[in-house]
Amino acid sequence: MPWLSTLMGVSVLGALGVTLVRNDKLAKQFTLVVSLIVLALTVAMAVQFSPNGDKFQFAETYDWIPAFGVHYGVAVDGIALVLILLSVILVPIVVLASWHDAEAGKRSVRTYFSLLLVLEAMMIGVFAATDVFLFYVFFEAMLIPMYFMIGSYGGAQRSYAAVKFLLYSLFGGLLMLVAVIALYSIAGKGTFMFTDLVGTIQDVTTQKWLFLGFFIAFAIKAPLWPFHTWLPDAAAQAPAGAAVLLVGVLDKVGTYGMLRFCLELFPDAAKFFTPLVITLSVIGIVYGAIVAIGQTDMKRLIAYTSVSHFGFIAMGVFAMTTTAGAGATLYMVNHGFSTGALFLIAGFLIYRRGSQYIADYGGVQKVAPILAGTFLVAGLSSLSLPGLSTFVSEFMVLTGTFQRYVVPSVIATVGVILAAIYILWMYQRTMNGPTAESVKSLPDLNAREKWVVAPLVALLLVFGFYPKPLLDVIHPAVQDTLSSVSVTDPQPAVPVAQEGQ
Amino acid sequence: MNGTIEAPTIEYALLAPLLVVFGAAIVGVLVEAFAPRYLRSAIHLPLTLLSLAGAFALAVWQAVKGVPTEPAAMGAIAVDGPALFIWGTILILAFASVLLIKDEEHFVGAAAAVPGSAEEEQALVERAAHTEVYPLLLFAVGGMLLFPAANDLLVAFVALEVMSLPLYLLCGLARRRRLLSQEAAVKYFLLGAFSSAFFLYGTALLYGYAGSVDLVKINQALGSVGGQDTLLYIGAAMLGVGLLFKIGAAPFQSWKPDVYQGSPTPITALMASGTLVAAFGALLRVFWVGLGGLDWDWRPVLYGVAILTMVVGAILAITQTDIKRMLAYSSIAHGGFLLIGVIATGHTQAENTSALTGLLFYLVAYGFTTVGAFAVVTMVRDAGGEAWHLSRWAGLGKRSPLLAGVFAFFLLAFAGIPLTSGFFGKYAVFQAAVANGATPLVIIGVVASAVAAFFYVRVIVLMFFSDPAADGPSVVLPSRGTAAVVGFAALATVVLGVFPQPVLDLAHTAAQSLFVR
Repeated sequence: MPWLSTLMGVSVLGALGVTLVRNDKLAKQFTLVVSLIVLALTVAMAVQFSPNGDKFQFAETYDWIPAFGVHYGVAVDGIALVLILLSVILVPIVVLASWHDAEAGKRSVRTYFSLLLVLEAMMIGVFAATDVFLFYVFFEAMLIPMYFMIGSYGGAQRSYAAVKFLLYSLFGGLLMLVAVIALYSIAGKGTFMFTDLVGTIQDVTTQKWLFLGFFIAFAIKAPLWPFHTWLPDAAAQAPAGAAVLLVGVLDKVGTYGMLRFCLELFPDAAKFFTPLVITLSVIGIVYGAIVAIGQTDMKRLIAYTSVSHFGFIAMGVFAMTTTAGAGATLYMVNHGFSTGALFLIAGFLIYRRGSQYIADYGGVQKVAPILAGTFLVAGLSSLSLPGLSTFVSEFMVLTGTFQRYVVPSVIATVGVILAAIYILWMYQRTMNGPTAESVKSLPDLNAREKWVVAPLVALLLVFGFYPKPLLDVIHPAVQDTLSSVSVTDPQPAVPVAQEGQ
Repeated sequence: MNGTIEAPTIEYALLAPLLVVFGAAIVGVLVEAFAPRYLRSAIHLPLTLLSLAGAFALAVWQAVKGVPTEPAAMGAIAVDGPALFIWGTILILAFASVLLIKDEEHFVGAAAAVPGSAEEEQALVERAAHTEVYPLLLFAVGGMLLFPAANDLLVAFVALEVMSLPLYLLCGLARRRRLLSQEAAVKYFLLGAFSSAFFLYGTALLYGYAGSVDLVKINQALGSVGGQDTLLYIGAAMLGVGLLFKIGAAPFQSWKPDVYQGSPTPITALMASGTLVAAFGALLRVFWVGLGGLDWDWRPVLYGVAILTMVVGAILAITQTDIKRMLAYSSIAHGGFLLIGVIATGHTQAENTSALTGLLFYLVAYGFTTVGAFAVVTMVRDAGGEAWHLSRWAGLGKRSPLLAGVFAFFLLAFAGIPLTSGFFGKYAVFQAAVANGATPLVIIGVVASAVAAFFYVRVIVLMFFSDPAADGPSVVLPSRGTAAVVGFAALATVVLGVFPQPVLDLAHTAAQSLFVR
């Protein structure tokens, strides 16, 4: 069964279907059903995935544009699989969370949900693409639905934020396009299939240039310091649901691209640039955290925490140890859930009070205990409290990096401490203390909103105690990636026991 | 052979598409002269459309039957693969433009009347109309067909004039904003006349150098004639000026915004698509066939021109507030991207074929999207005619989501977003350029694309993210012709963006044997 095409097909048909439904309420329900069907199908696919089988499974390859050597090629390895799972889990949650978002702007509700499903198809496609050209097509094309979601349904500064988001990403993408074309010409294989291109570029200087072309695009996307300035604007102006997908999934395309393309296609260049990337990551970790502390706007604050988190992920990717690589991949998934929860609950809060500013809140805990409680759990996951899934991945990234780069991993640990400051301080200012006049009559989470938050909190807890199923899938894929970069894990100075998460 | 002159041979069958268009144009003139006023429009429209369709059918038939490998008409006209492909493209684009012309009263009743004068009033009352638009257009299209097929510089010059003179006239016929329209006509005429003079002078100098105006003979002379380099270089440069003017490459781009703005929009659509295609065909033939042996000398110059054109087009477009001027600068920038393909020649035929394929595909993709975009412009009106000021487009996405959506789609295609035809056009040209070692040029190209994306996106922002003005423009219900053009252009933009392979194959087949020599 062509699983991946089916997933995308269902989403796209769903998107078309939504535009045909005349009634807004029906359209929302329809979208929810479609996204749940996609989720169910993905789970059905995922259980058939054999972690120790072929590297790429559920492969489909058809010629698309033979003149350019372009294929419609999709398949998943462990890394892609977990990221696709992340995407399809988040979409129904976002649909449910955005139930009333689109109405506020007096814009077409159906268009919003239709764009959401189009975006879902593209998110699946971008992670599943095994043809570099197809990956590029999805990479660029998925900007458009997000652009309209921010621009049409966002906050006051929405068009500025949408344009900034689009132009930054487009610019990075165009640089990548040059590298993609050059890769094709220099490899001279007449094909864009990823597996055929691995190992074709031997010359180190060429590798470095091509690496830069890809890397800058991914660094803008991820976003890595100093390419991050678009993210706070875009995330703060986007409606909460779109912000979740933007930060939770779209940005992962950047870190996923680094792991998949930068490392495997240009191994020598990747090793050459590693010190630079690690430095940028560490700066990002500390800088993002410090700037987050100073934010007065909740959504911007969460966006800056993500800059810090993406520093961890990039550091894990480029540390080039199995632990760090697997940790970084797991981090991508966990960060999606944790930041997703933060954005959505903050979104509920903002929807109630009509303000994103921390100063406008206070003592919410007393009037809305469930909202405050879940917000705290989401916040604690963002600061990687042990017992929550983010702890596992952050710990793995730090230990994995420590094996090779001691000083950066020590500095990065500061980020963990700063995380406690920005999260707890925000919690303290909004939820604790005397209840502010304006939030006196704030209603607590309703049933729909509880349904939004519950799965996220459950996932954070489950994978916090038992991350093994995810790691089983991720580990072989990461090992395979690193072996094609031909690095081996450094021998520990002291023999250590098996990791016992 | 002594004392006898052989009669020239003309392959009428090969030239049939040209003859049909020119024939119909002459019949159109006779209609103007003899048919009663009330009948003229009714005769012109089917005549024009049928002749264009007939010419297209003949061109297709020619292509199916087999592309000739020898130039026709004593070496004056080359009906080869690229020429037939370009003919087909121009004929489709012209057909679409005619459907737009027919739609509404875009044209002035009495062009000679002073704006605001009593004569103009009277013409308006009498519902006078310039039906000679149709034969003029057919002459222009005939010139467009001949120009890229001309294998000899004199024929090329004649074609250039046949193409340009009717366009000068047509530019001045806009119904609204008369002064701008007249200014456009005068400006286009004066600058166009200069450029034609350059072209002619260049032809004369090259004749002095090579002893022939035949492109193939000029190319042969490049290797054998010595000591005449001054004639050659100045001649080639002047020829280049004439051609680059027609495609609107910097620094010869200044006419484009004014002329696009002032002309009746259907004519702008024809100029932005058909003329550009024809001029690029001619430019390619002159530089690849006639001056192919001189590429070491012209390549650096065109390199600079391409960079300048992309940068000027992309940057100046940002400051525009008139939708047609913006599209004009966008067209300049696209001219620059296309020039990258002209430079992307290599050492082998396969490399040149790939560059030519890319160019031909780009021309088709850009031409169709352009016609569609201008068709949309004709439909957005306010009290004074088309809503030309960009601010008037604010909130259009709310009032007519479908039309604004289609226009946004065209703009994304211009910006080269994947899954639109514009992306594959750019991709094909860039790929050929990288393969032939012009990577720096491609990097400048993508940076210019990113800048250009800004002003396309700005229009989308206006249409969708801004609130509509209280007395905003209305969207007129399109006539069937305009609706068909918009629909066709949108369809072409999608199909070429998702399944470009068939058209790429066609372009590749056309480009395979390159230009005949």
